[in-house]
Amino acid sequence: MGTYILRRVLYSIPVLIAASMLIFFFVSAVGDPLAQVRAIPKVSQETIHHIIVRKHLDKPLIVQYGYWVENAVLHRFGTTLLGDNPIWPDLRLALSNTLQLVIVSEVVAVIFAILVGVYSAVRQYSAFDYAATTFSFVGFSTPVFWLALILQVLVTNIFLAYGIRIFYTSGFSTPGVTGLLPSILDRLQHLALPVITLAFVSIAQYSRYLRASMLEVINSDYVRTARAKGLLTRQVVMKHALRNALIPFATVVALDFGAYFGGVIVTESVFSIPGMGLYFIRALNAADLYPIMAWLIVTAVMVILFNLIADILYGILDPRIRYD
Amino acid sequence: MTEHPRETTREQREPGVTRRGVEEQQAPLGAAGDPGLRRAAPAGRVQPGEAMATASLYEEGLEVESRSVWRLALRRFLRHRLAMASLILLVLIFLAGIFANLVAPYSYSQINLSDAGLGPSLSGYHFFGTDDLGRDYFSRVIYGIRTTEAVAIFTAVLSVALGTLVGAVAGYFGGWIDNLLMRLTDLVLTLPALAVLLVASALLSTDSPITVSFLLAAILWTSLARIVRGSFLSLKENEYIEAARASGASHTRIILRHMLPNSLGPIIVNGTLTVAVAILIEAVLSFLGFGIKPPTPSLGSLINDGKGQMLTEWWLVTFPGLTIVIICLCVNFIGDGLRDALDPTQRRVRA
Repeated sequence: MGTYILRRVLYSIPVLIAASMLIFFFVSAVGDPLAQVRAIPKVSQETIHHIIVRKHLDKPLIVQYGYWVENAVLHRFGTTLLGDNPIWPDLRLALSNTLQLVIVSEVVAVIFAILVGVYSAVRQYSAFDYAATTFSFVGFSTPVFWLALILQVLVTNIFLAYGIRIFYTSGFSTPGVTGLLPSILDRLQHLALPVITLAFVSIAQYSRYLRASMLEVINSDYVRTARAKGLLTRQVVMKHALRNALIPFATVVALDFGAYFGGVIVTESVFSIPGMGLYFIRALNAADLYPIMAWLIVTAVMVILFNLIADILYGILDPRIRYD
Repeated sequence: MTEHPRETTREQREPGVTRRGVEEQQAPLGAAGDPGLRRAAPAGRVQPGEAMATASLYEEGLEVESRSVWRLALRRFLRHRLAMASLILLVLIFLAGIFANLVAPYSYSQINLSDAGLGPSLSGYHFFGTDDLGRDYFSRVIYGIRTTEAVAIFTAVLSVALGTLVGAVAGYFGGWIDNLLMRLTDLVLTLPALAVLLVASALLSTDSPITVSFLLAAILWTSLARIVRGSFLSLKENEYIEAARASGASHTRIILRHMLPNSLGPIIVNGTLTVAVAILIEAVLSFLGFGIKPPTPSLGSLINDGKGQMLTEWWLVTFPGLTIVIICLCVNFIGDGLRDALDPTQRRVRA
C-alpha cells in the first residue's frame, strides 16, 4: 500500500506540470495581461514599457512560462499587476473559507444521497422511489444560482415578516460575535443556505449513482445467499450490499470535486462568502491574469489531490484490489 | 450530468409477453432490418416460445413486414408518455420563443412607468409581473427563450459534431492518436468547466449568442467524444467491419456507413442532454455578467436584472428561473425517453 501511494503521488507530478502549462497557455491565448493597464487613460507609454520589462512580456511565450513558474514556486504566485498586492495571502484565506463550505456540503450531500439511494434501491418502484426520481430530475434541471436566490428571498422574507433569524443570507460571520460556542453557531447559521444550495444538486446526482449501484449489488448471487442463510434484511443491506455499492460511489464523489468548484463560484457570489468563488469573480472583473492563473492552479491542485484520495479510498474500501 | 435515471416503468405497464415484447427481443439496436411480425387478424398475444409461434404464423399465411430499427425505436418513444408530454410542452415553449414578436403582449424593453412594480396578474397580460420600469416580464421571458433556445440548439449541434469526429477518429484509428486525444480530454477535466468558460468569456469579452455557443461547445464535446470512442472501440472488432475492409471499403466509408449508424443511439441521447447542460451553463454565464450581455435578451441576464429588487418583487427572479427549470426538465425527460427507445440494451435486467 505504501509504495502504491508513493507511486500514485509521483504520477500526480507530471499531471500537475501538464495542467500548469495548459493553464498558462490557455490564459495567455485568451487574455492580454496589459488590458487592465491600457484601460486607464492616463498611463504613459513609459510605464507600460516598464511593466513589460518587469513581467518579461517581451520574451517568447515559453520563456514567459518559465518565469511564471519560477515566480509561482519561489514567490508564492507573486503580486497582482496593478497595486502589487501579494496574491497568496488573499488566496489562502479564500481557500480555507471555501474548503469549509465544500467539505460541509459534501458531507451533507453524501449522507443524504446514501439514505435516499439505499432506500429507493431497497424499495424499488415504491412511492418513495418515484418521488426520489422526480427530485433528482428537478435537481439536474435547476440552475444553482437561481436556487440560491430563491432561498435568499424566502429566508429574508421570513425574517422580515416574523423577525426570526434562522439563517443568515449573506456573508460568512457576524462581526463582534465572540466565544467558541456562539461563533460556531454563528458560522453554521451563515453556512446553512450555501450548503443547502450546493448539496441539493449533488444529492440529486449522487443518489442516482448509489441507487443504480445498489440495484446491481442487491440482485447479485451473494446477496441472495446472505438472505437465504437467514440474515436480517438490515444486515444484508448495510453490511453486504452497501459496502460494495460504495466502492464506485466513492470514486464518483471524489471525481466530482472539480465540478464542485464551479458550483462554489456561483454560490459564493450570491451569498457573498469571501471564498475562492468571490476571489475568482473579482479577478475576472479586474481582468488581471496573474490572480486568475493562480486560482486555476490552486483549483487544479485540489482536483488532483481529491483524485489521489479517491484512488487511495478505493484500496481501503475494496480489499480485492492489491497494490504490488 | 453524466448519469441519468435509466429505469422506467415500462416493465410494470406490460406484464407478460405482448406482441411488442417479441419485437423488442428480436430487435437489438445494431442488427438492421429485423423482420417484425404483423398479424392480419385483430391484435392478440403471441404466446411464449417465439420460434414455434413464428413458424406457425407463417403457416397461417400471415404477412411478414420488415420494420427498421428506427421505426421500432420511434414506436417505443411514442409510447413513453412522460417523454411525449415533455416533447409537446417543449415544442410549444420553443414555438413561443421563435414567434416571440407575435406571442409576447409587449416588446422586450418597452418601458411603461404607470405599470411599474406590478405583481403577476391577468389584467394587462402581466402574467409574470413587471419591474420598476414597468417592463413586462412575461414578454421579456419569451424573448429570452428565443435567445436561449438558439444558443442551446446551436451548441448541441456543434458539440455533437466535434465530439463525434474526435471520438470516431480516436476509436477507429487507435494507437497514438487515441492516446493523445484521450490524455487531452483527461487534462481538460482537471479544471472546472465553468471556470474555464468564465475565463474565456470574460477575457475575450464575448457578448453575442454565437460566440457563447462556440465557447460552450469547445468544452461540452468531451463527454460525447468518450462515448463515441468507446462505442467505436467495440464495434471495430466485429466481423462485418472486417468484411467491409476485406471487400475494399475505405476508412471513411467504414466509419460513415458501417460504424456511425450503429453508434447513433448514444449520440442522439447525449446531444439531447447537451441542450439542457448548455441552457444551464449559458444562464450562469449571463447571470454573472460574462455571457450574453443586456441589449440581447437572455433568461440568465433577466434574473441578474431582477436581482436588485427580488426581495420585494419576487416574481422578477422566480419566473425566468422557473422557465429554465421547466425547459431543462422537458429536455431531460425527452433524453430519458430517447435512451429507453434507442438503447434497449442499457436497461437493467431485474431479478
